[in-house]
Amino acid sequence: MPGRPPEPLLDPELARRIVGRALRNGGDFAELFCEERSGLSLSIDESRVEGAQRGADVGAGVRVVIGETTYFAHVDGLAEADLERAADAAAAALSGERAEPAPLEPTAAPELQEIETDPAAVSAERKAELLRACDETARGAGGEVAQVQAGYSEARRRITVASSEGTFASDDRTRVRLGVQAVARRDGTVETGFETLGGHRGFEIVEDGAAEATAAKAARTALTLLDAQPAPAGAMPVVVGGGFGGVLFHEMTGHGLEADHIQKGASVYIGKLGEPVAQPFLVAYDDGRLPGEWGTDAIDDEGTPTRRTPVIEEGRITAYLYDLLRARKDGAASTGNGRRQSFRHLPIPRMTNTYIAPGEAEPEELIAEVDRGFYAVSFAGGQVDPTTGDFVFGVSEGYLIEGGEVTSPCRGATLIGNCLDVLGRIDAVASDFEVRTGFCGKGGQSVPVGVGQGHVRISELTVGGTSV
Amino acid sequence: MAELEPIAERAVEAALAAGAGDAEAFCQDATGLELRIFEAEVESLTEAGERGLGLRAWLDHRAGYAYGTDLSEQGIREIAGGAVEAARAVDPDEHAAAPEAAGAAVPIPGLADPEAAAWTTERKLELALAVERAAREADRRVIAIETTVFVDDRGTVALASSRGVSGSFEITSCYAYLQAIAEADGDKQTGLGFGLGRSPAALDPDAIGREAAERSTALLGATKPASRTCPVVLDQTVAASFAGFIGGVLCADAVQRGRSPFAGRLGEEIGSSPLTLADDGADPAGLNSSPFDGEGTPTGRTTLIEAGRLGAYLHDSYTARREGGGARSTANAARAGYRSAPSVSTSNLVIAPGELSFEGLLREAGDGMYVTDVAGLHSGVNPVSGTFSVGASGRAISGGELAEPADEFTIASDLASMLAAIRAVGAEARWVPFGGSVSAPAILIGEMAIGGA
Repeated sequence: MPGRPPEPLLDPELARRIVGRALRNGGDFAELFCEERSGLSLSIDESRVEGAQRGADVGAGVRVVIGETTYFAHVDGLAEADLERAADAAAAALSGERAEPAPLEPTAAPELQEIETDPAAVSAERKAELLRACDETARGAGGEVAQVQAGYSEARRRITVASSEGTFASDDRTRVRLGVQAVARRDGTVETGFETLGGHRGFEIVEDGAAEATAAKAARTALTLLDAQPAPAGAMPVVVGGGFGGVLFHEMTGHGLEADHIQKGASVYIGKLGEPVAQPFLVAYDDGRLPGEWGTDAIDDEGTPTRRTPVIEEGRITAYLYDLLRARKDGAASTGNGRRQSFRHLPIPRMTNTYIAPGEAEPEELIAEVDRGFYAVSFAGGQVDPTTGDFVFGVSEGYLIEGGEVTSPCRGATLIGNCLDVLGRIDAVASDFEVRTGFCGKGGQSVPVGVGQGHVRISELTVGGTSV
Repeated sequence: MAELEPIAERAVEAALAAGAGDAEAFCQDATGLELRIFEAEVESLTEAGERGLGLRAWLDHRAGYAYGTDLSEQGIREIAGGAVEAARAVDPDEHAAAPEAAGAAVPIPGLADPEAAAWTTERKLELALAVERAAREADRRVIAIETTVFVDDRGTVALASSRGVSGSFEITSCYAYLQAIAEADGDKQTGLGFGLGRSPAALDPDAIGREAAERSTALLGATKPASRTCPVVLDQTVAASFAGFIGGVLCADAVQRGRSPFAGRLGEEIGSSPLTLADDGADPAGLNSSPFDGEGTPTGRTTLIEAGRLGAYLHDSYTARREGGGARSTANAARAGYRSAPSVSTSNLVIAPGELSFEGLLREAGDGMYVTDVAGLHSGVNPVSGTFSVGASGRAISGGELAEPADEFTIASDLASMLAAIRAVGAEARWVPFGGSVSAPAILIGEMAIGGA
């Protein structure tokens, strides 16, 4: 599908009429968001392909904004009567004078991601074979691999946005993702390894051995962890792995820079614009345009073209992440971060691909300088309280660092700390940059985000483990 | 909304016409109102309406699922075709088959509160504003409220299958929650307050707001406690979160697939004697109650753990068939909506209350930690091995009484050790929407590892 401009889901004339109808009782802003989503998922467990599921969602959401208040309604279906119903429901709570929308100005066709192989055109049998190959590869990694589960999913999401400010924009997004979990068992010890592969790409992303490599890596992690010791507890230097280790930055800084948190007083980064929060070498971005990555889109879900926003430069906070509403409130421009899970949700400021820019050191150098510390390669997930900045992360793969070398694997570790403290304690970033797939939950909505970084070292962080 | 049942029946016919040997259709129609309040103003008002169909098709012991929102003849045909095509993609599984009709379901009193419909949007708005106001007025140190949310839902579901399953029911639910931010001497803390019921009338705005204020202010001045092993009291919300996790690993699919630390332990002691845990899908007070489960099996009560002894696992029709030996579905085929196939899950968990008051639990603990919030439970527990380490906040317990606030620490153990270390269960239970839907009292664990300073 490369180079094909996105086809709008509805006629601009109809879109304009619906937006006008939404404003018939007044309002500062109205928007129609139309969506058509179709997908397939398939999994393998106990070496048996199962869980085949197809789904299609078609519908629209209409919002009317007046002052600080948003009235929103969503309906299934894109027929004219459905759209009118949504517009009427959104307008029902207002009682002012009709407002006139600006004429629609179709924006230049956005540059779509290159999709080499449309996943919908690949047979289900081929996808089942891919899962069987993952199963065999992971089981072949060692006799102690006791279970393998793998899941494949693909989705195509087409959207069209029309607003009273004249926006008329469409996007066509295809995403493919594979996740593999391997469980290794030795006597009473059970450990798991988990790996994912995904992007705003076509089926090509899982071909040519890429799926099998993902499975092998999951199995290797599970096998390695069989030798794990209880994790240490206490404050120590921590080296965070590249790629998925970036979820730490996503949680401890990315969320705090989302403008809705800032405006509500629920962020530790309030008043920090231009202020130093990290050592001068630190640079970080939110980048919705990284080619083929999981959090990449041509436009956001309000029709604003995505872009690369530096959020930290020379150790100073340089930007907050905006959608249209929060930008209007601050007299700023949207940074293309207005995202929504579906037409059933309101857009809010969300990250796209958020990462610490690569440094120059080799990952080994970061570790070699640590006498006694912890190496957190990958996380099972994490949570941060945006107001206080307190965070906690479950480490899914971690090791002790002793005498500058990675030694025993550890189980049951968590990292616990405070965002600003820890950001200031990043004392080295390595060059091995990589972006991985994540699902970010916020306000009851889940959106695909890319997380990434090279290896990062934090001079001191609390490790919570069972070894007291 | 009575026309849902004919749609479900037509979908079953369409799947059979598309080549399915058996089929089961689940239809859902839901409307809802969500209000978000910020600084005494409406931030957003959402009118939600959705209606969809989920269809399972079986072809010679192969199951496929498809869903869609287009319920026209053509739309239903496409969903049916999708389900049959999905079934063709999977490997055969001898236990995969359409559930048989399992008898008549008993209606649950009060599942849909007729009073709920009488509430106008204006009254709901007043209630939501009152929740926020109550938190602000409860304590001067509450400096802000991060969004107050009020949600009111009404839904109808209908089920039909080629094996004679047929039924429908209506359900209403309502909840409100808010996060208060308190500040004193440069320290900021947050606290959650919530309430739930079948209609807005069941919500007490003062209690919800006050809870958020109390939880946030109680943590002001918190410091990191010393790392040690000590008794820990889990409050009702934290006990519920852990109960949800335990319920998950007692689901038969986890057990059969070797993903439960409690596999092969039926009849054995897996916890200490104060612990009795049941799943009850027919409890009128439970938010996840329904007359029948996602496959049409009438719901009821299953005692999972009786005085520490493991009595049962939770089943749907597939895991029961796979178990063999006369095992039956415990009516735990749960549906998250029409967009996903049913799978085994807890309905409402009920931890049997003990005899000690909250003060009694603290006295019994002596010196230890009182945990009022945990973070990262979903990522911090390994469901296979049962080991966990999660972030926590709360208060120290000193000389049998609550002492200084504490945060930024972890509690770590494994599920088996934790259950064996339960020393007492509190007398006052509360319905909590964490870990699914759980009726939970506070729980005293004799020993847990605290990771702090």
